Amino acid sequence: MAEWVLRMVIKQLSVFVENQPGRLAEISEVLRQKEINIRALSIADTTNFGILRMIVNHPARAESALREQGFTVSQTDVIAVGVTDEPGGLVVALKALADAHITVEYMYAFVSKAEKTAYVVLRVEDNAVAEQVLREHGVPILSGEEIY
Amino acid sequence: MSNYYQPEIECASREQIKAWQDERLVETVNHVYQNVPYYRQKMEEKKLTPADIQSTDDLYKLPFLTKSDLRDAYPYGLLAVPLEDAVRIQSTSGTTGKRVVAFYTQADIDLWEDCCARAIVAAGGSKQDVVQVAYGYGLFTGGPGLNGGSHKVGCLTLPMSSGNTQRQIQFIQDLHATILCCTPSYAAFIGETFAEMGVKPEEISLKAGIFGAEAWSEEMRRDIEKKLGIRAYDIYGLTEISGPGVSFECEAQTGMHVNEDHFIAEIINPETGEVLPEGEKGELVFTSITKKAFPLLRYRTRDICVLNREPCPCGRTHVKMSKPMGRSDDMMIIRGVNVFPSQIETVLLNHGYPANYQIVVDRVKNTDTLDVQVEMTQEMFDDTVKGISAREKELVEGLKAMLGLSAKVHLVSPKTITRSEGKAVRVIDKRKI
Repeated sequence: MAEWVLRMVIKQLSVFVENQPGRLAEISEVLRQKEINIRALSIADTTNFGILRMIVNHPARAESALREQGFTVSQTDVIAVGVTDEPGGLVVALKALADAHITVEYMYAFVSKAEKTAYVVLRVEDNAVAEQVLREHGVPILSGEEIY
Repeated sequence: MSNYYQPEIECASREQIKAWQDERLVETVNHVYQNVPYYRQKMEEKKLTPADIQSTDDLYKLPFLTKSDLRDAYPYGLLAVPLEDAVRIQSTSGTTGKRVVAFYTQADIDLWEDCCARAIVAAGGSKQDVVQVAYGYGLFTGGPGLNGGSHKVGCLTLPMSSGNTQRQIQFIQDLHATILCCTPSYAAFIGETFAEMGVKPEEISLKAGIFGAEAWSEEMRRDIEKKLGIRAYDIYGLTEISGPGVSFECEAQTGMHVNEDHFIAEIINPETGEVLPEGEKGELVFTSITKKAFPLLRYRTRDICVLNREPCPCGRTHVKMSKPMGRSDDMMIIRGVNVFPSQIETVLLNHGYPANYQIVVDRVKNTDTLDVQVEMTQEMFDDTVKGISAREKELVEGLKAMLGLSAKVHLVSPKTITRSEGKAVRVIDKRKI
């Protein structure tokens, strides 16, 4: 059971990005050289710095490649859920979390290769609790293999 | 158990030290009065003759000497011996303006190297040690001073000079260096490089370091000690007075013993010039009493510190000076508040940031701004804006508590603030006043 739950956690790369022209280009160049594919990304920005969040196909390799180049990088556990790609698709998942008083720190979405499905990456305080709540509401939770 | 290089001098009674100082001061005053017109004129302006100086109790009567006097007298104006007796010059790094040159006779070099030898022995050095000198060589006194001191102790001496960090590391590893001498910021950089290479502190052969030539805090000391797995000792000096070794730290690490058989230390009020009672904070003033080629009377160092004559557990009897708390000239005045870079460094290190930082002072719409740039580290990083902002805020509050004014904190990418191989440039003042 424990192993199965662990499999459900997706590794997101979080990278510190100083607000300087060219920093994002440098990061994508490092990943290109290592032939790492970015499946999804989002960026949080403040006036001084940004945090780049990415789902890539080889998180560990990407992390060490970026570190070698002097970037501050960490891996963050996130949950990815599948929702139907149509109006209201997201409601079930978010309402379930809200009812359980689970705060979403941040989230971002991307459309999957499969028909009529979107993936939503969620960052919450307690992954295990959120997973259970989502599962109870029939929201499909995705494994690493499905996402990467 | 303490070791001394010259125990009969380093542990002499206070009476003996006073007697040496009295006698040598009188000799030095006579020497410069006879041989240096610049001094004679300065003394005459104060209506003084050598007869007015009978002991150290009369020291206060003598005029001060400042860096601008040294510049006025450049190049030969303060040389106190015939050229044939002078064998060496050293020169200041010029960080605060025009160069100053200092002259040495062979005897002057010997006493300077003795002072450095005392520092090396106080840091645990002996004939058995391998001393890596990574201070600059050449005009800068750091390399030559510690090099000479290391020879006197009988250590195997590695005259590396500064820079070429890969080679420094290779020599430490291949030759099993046990004592490292360099600036504290360079020591921290060498430590970081070892960590990046995956070398653990306990795998590094070094046991001690003798670091000086720039201001560093207790927190930075702990940081270097942890990274290199050593004990880090402070050493103080200035080219004008001889070079490193004017004072040095013993195992107690509670201040640096001034080599009082060669140098008299006073603390003055930097505004009025008045001599302050022992234990009060003020500007450090030195008089060299044994040097022949370039003896300076009451030279104002601009370093702010405190003297302490309480008995030291190490057994040395020479007065201790605190780490300089800043310089009366690198002190910044921001919105009317006196700020020393060392205060900012203390806050950064207390909050878990690296000792590498840059301070940018500017004036926007007639208000001074203070921007502290500090590198993000793997440990401080968080994937949420909330997390990083909370740490930034803690730092801003820490700075406010220390300085009494608000500063902006700017987190930058790791390794983007230039590492120094010599003196670190910490402050960029863009104000045009």
